[in-house]
Amino acid sequence: MSFIEAKNVYYRYPQAEKDALCGVSFAVEKGEYLAVIGHNGSGKSTLARLLNGLLQPTEGEIAVDGISSADKSRLFELRRRVGVVFQNPDNQLIASVVEDDVAFGPENIGLKREEIKERIDFALAAVGMEEYRKAMPSRLSGGQKQRVAIAGVLAIRPDVLVLDESTAMLDPRGRREVTDVVKKLNRENGMTVLAVTHYMDEVCDADRVLVLSDGAAVMEGTPREIFSQKEKLQKYELDVPVPMRIAELLKEGGMPLKEIFTKEELGEELCRLLRKI
Amino acid sequence: MKDVSFGQYYPVSSFVHRMDPRVKILLSIAYIVAVFLIREFHFFGFLAAFLFILIAAFAARVPFLKVVKSIKGIIFFIVFSSVLQILFNHEGTVLAAWWVIEITDVGLLRAAFITLRITLIVMGTALLTLTTTPVEIADGLESLLTPLKWVKFPVHEFALIMSIALRFIPTLMDETERIINAQKARGADFESGNVFKRIRALVPILIPLLLSSFRRADELGDAMDARCYSGAKGRTKYKKMRPTWRDLVGTLFMAALIAGVVLLNGVLGVAV
Repeated sequence: MSFIEAKNVYYRYPQAEKDALCGVSFAVEKGEYLAVIGHNGSGKSTLARLLNGLLQPTEGEIAVDGISSADKSRLFELRRRVGVVFQNPDNQLIASVVEDDVAFGPENIGLKREEIKERIDFALAAVGMEEYRKAMPSRLSGGQKQRVAIAGVLAIRPDVLVLDESTAMLDPRGRREVTDVVKKLNRENGMTVLAVTHYMDEVCDADRVLVLSDGAAVMEGTPREIFSQKEKLQKYELDVPVPMRIAELLKEGGMPLKEIFTKEELGEELCRLLRKI
Repeated sequence: MKDVSFGQYYPVSSFVHRMDPRVKILLSIAYIVAVFLIREFHFFGFLAAFLFILIAAFAARVPFLKVVKSIKGIIFFIVFSSVLQILFNHEGTVLAAWWVIEITDVGLLRAAFITLRITLIVMGTALLTLTTTPVEIADGLESLLTPLKWVKFPVHEFALIMSIALRFIPTLMDETERIINAQKARGADFESGNVFKRIRALVPILIPLLLSSFRRADELGDAMDARCYSGAKGRTKYKKMRPTWRDLVGTLFMAALIAGVVLLNGVLGVAV
């Protein structure tokens, strides 16, 4: 059995006429980085909420480490394993001081003072915010606030980090800060990541991509596999990452470029061509 | 707006700043009691209290002017109550009279007495807010109110509500400013017209603010749930307050003030 397993999950919001999710199945292994993309209203945020039991599926089953999100008696256990970072950093910080906010989760699970202190040290170091320990969140930038929010979740030591469009409200710099931290956590700490996003550039960091459209999983594969099917993506109102798009336009203009995927590849390829000239 | 700090906290590190907030709260209450203990017209008691504040402000490394400025907010109240005393007190020797108004020596003394009493109380409590952050005060109150758990008072919830409210003040101020600008851009006018018109102009600010607060509360609730919040049960506290020698010194100092006031009450009164 996979670490995260969703089997034929349906969800309908109370009083809604349509299912937000209709029969979604997927699996995520430990240490994997899955990106979930889809246009607005595709059900991707609902999926994030189902994972830690903020919502329970109306049909089907979703389980993390064998704990079903429908099992209300094990909700606390589930939430210790699944850390969710939400969209708006302002609405998920609880305390007026960074370290107190990071302490909130460990306090909730009833840890001792020394252990909480250790976890604050670890979590703030993991997101590179050690110097801001005593700072007030209201004086931090959006990217910094969101990193504190990630630290607050990490302090619970979850097995899975779920990002529910956590970069949507940030400026490009803040977005970079957050995606770098997430990438580092996945690569270096082996954190399992499930990132819900609509920024195609962030998808490139993932091992695998799940495309949702109108509540159904319509595509699945590595980022390269997904982005090579441009026409199909456009059908689901999604686009390819900007570097790919630039490379395509250059090719149309007659430049002999190879298949491009990330901005690093684009840079290298352009340099190679320049050297030839 | 970003740099707005709630209250009047004066951010330096000092003897008083590093005292236990709980002790500071209790000492503030003791101080108010001390000022009320000063018997009528025993003005030397006020001198003692003034001296106390002077020394405390020095120990707190807060400029004395800051302490004095704290009475700005209640100057109207002070003037109002002294004027009432002067105009409508009929005890004592009449110094001047006109229609129903008699100005007496006792009236004047009472006005002076009340003015000094209020001023000194406000200056003393200002020292608490100047040296203690709102968060520390909230934590201190939570700890002090803990015994109320026995009568089923939700101390933890109360403290959490207070600290969340404090945390959201800057956020909501930012938001208010954004809404005001957005409404101005749509031609809203907040600066002209009479009082009623101006109050009505606030409605398009307050309604969006209220709605967004509800949305924020909803999201915050989800975020708290996601971080394993399940009420006070089984919860530990990271911050621990511990009284130190500083608090002992502060308490002794306060005891000296109370003793001084009581002693001065026995002598040196202005006899009427």
